Amino acid sequence: MSKQVVIPFGPQHPVLPEPLHLDLVLEDEKVVDAIPTIGYVHRGLEKLVEKREYPQYVYIAERICGICSFIHGMTYCQGIEGIMNLEIPKRADYLRTIWSEYSRMHSHLLWLGLFADAMGFESLFMNAWRLREHILDDLEATTGGRVIQGSCKVGGVRRDISSEKLDEMASGLDSMQGELHDLVNVFLRDSSVRHRLKGTGILSKDDAYLQGAVGPTIRASGHSYDTRKIGYAAYGDLSFEPVVASAGDSYARCEVRAKEMFTSIDIVKQAVKKIPDGPIDMKVTGAPDGEYFARSEQPRGEVIHYIKGNGTKFLARHRVRTPTLANITPLVTILKGCELADVPIIVLSIDPCIGCAER
Amino acid sequence: MIREEQKMQDITPDSLIRSVQAMKDGGKRLVQIGCARIGDIFEINYSFDKDYNFENLKLTIPSGLEVPSVSGIYTCAFVYENEIHDLYGIEITGIAIDFKGTFIRTSIKYPFGVVSSKEEDACQNKL
Repeated sequence: MSKQVVIPFGPQHPVLPEPLHLDLVLEDEKVVDAIPTIGYVHRGLEKLVEKREYPQYVYIAERICGICSFIHGMTYCQGIEGIMNLEIPKRADYLRTIWSEYSRMHSHLLWLGLFADAMGFESLFMNAWRLREHILDDLEATTGGRVIQGSCKVGGVRRDISSEKLDEMASGLDSMQGELHDLVNVFLRDSSVRHRLKGTGILSKDDAYLQGAVGPTIRASGHSYDTRKIGYAAYGDLSFEPVVASAGDSYARCEVRAKEMFTSIDIVKQAVKKIPDGPIDMKVTGAPDGEYFARSEQPRGEVIHYIKGNGTKFLARHRVRTPTLANITPLVTILKGCELADVPIIVLSIDPCIGCAER
Repeated sequence: MIREEQKMQDITPDSLIRSVQAMKDGGKRLVQIGCARIGDIFEINYSFDKDYNFENLKLTIPSGLEVPSVSGIYTCAFVYENEIHDLYGIEITGIAIDFKGTFIRTSIKYPFGVVSSKEEDACQNKL
């Protein structure tokens, strides 16, 4: 056996937008173990349920993450609505679905850009982020915010989208598809990208399941698990199939995210066609008394908002299990046996969001 | 909107390992482990899923009681168990990777645990 050395990776590293620390145990250039440490950006947001009334807390729930903020707010609202047994207007469900899919597209484009940047492919990075601007423009036009929308509330949504704007959004996505295909083609067909990603960081199908992987990380290992299939919001009315790959490597995780953007476009277009007229919110009185696990599919995977109410305006407990927290164990598994030079790419391939994971 | 059924089963510390092992034997995925403090009582929820069927085991324990780790059954439990220890101060024995209180770094020890009113005040003054 070679002599083992421990190399610290992070919390500051060029590929990490947020702080994650890994102690990498190496034998020569091979990683034989990886020990993760988080906790650099723990904000104690869950504790604030004791200080903010449950309708106000939606804004805090949104700020758990600066990327998938809308879906955090929506899942929190779904949890409160589940306890209070509220049936929100159908139009609100559709609007939530449309904004959720826009969040997914902007998150995936952000990640694709960062991934290209990590590989040193700067022009690809710029193209991914250029396309992301179209998505952010529509989010800003319809909610007033680019990444923090503030448009969800308990009992529905705060803003409506006119039918003219909905049609404009659908046609905008249509015209963006060509450019998106060109971008995805480079990620999936370029020889240097394939060479960099194929066969690195393989997560087997069994490991992905038993180690609790979620989102594109589990779907890239051959499982079709996608929380949207539960049918929350308007997903039960819409037809789509989860994108699945089987190789389980970094390339497969990239492929799943790249192809999911087209599924998102299709879901938005279906929702625009089917969205019913009517109110966008309902009057909510009283306070939640009981507990509820609300689940939804974020860009990084399944998120759980556990909410426990005690009949007052202040919740007894709000606990969030974010997808990155679930993907830490699979990450440790796939790092074992890889080359030191592949560690940054593999870490980024699970799309870690540490601020989200620590709340 | 389709709303998920909330299946909840109460368990005791003695039956925890047996119940979690039964979930694993049934091919279920560990979704999360979460904790809530209600006064001096802690509720620990173990959530599982198979084919979109979501189930929970609820363990209710008084403050000061040790809980056995389930990371021998589901390795990924170590993340949640370290988090519960660091935030609530619950002793969980036999965690596969035990960070011994350094997984989540907090400015006060066990911010969600049973704390004295003095510590609570100190915490609130920081907010």
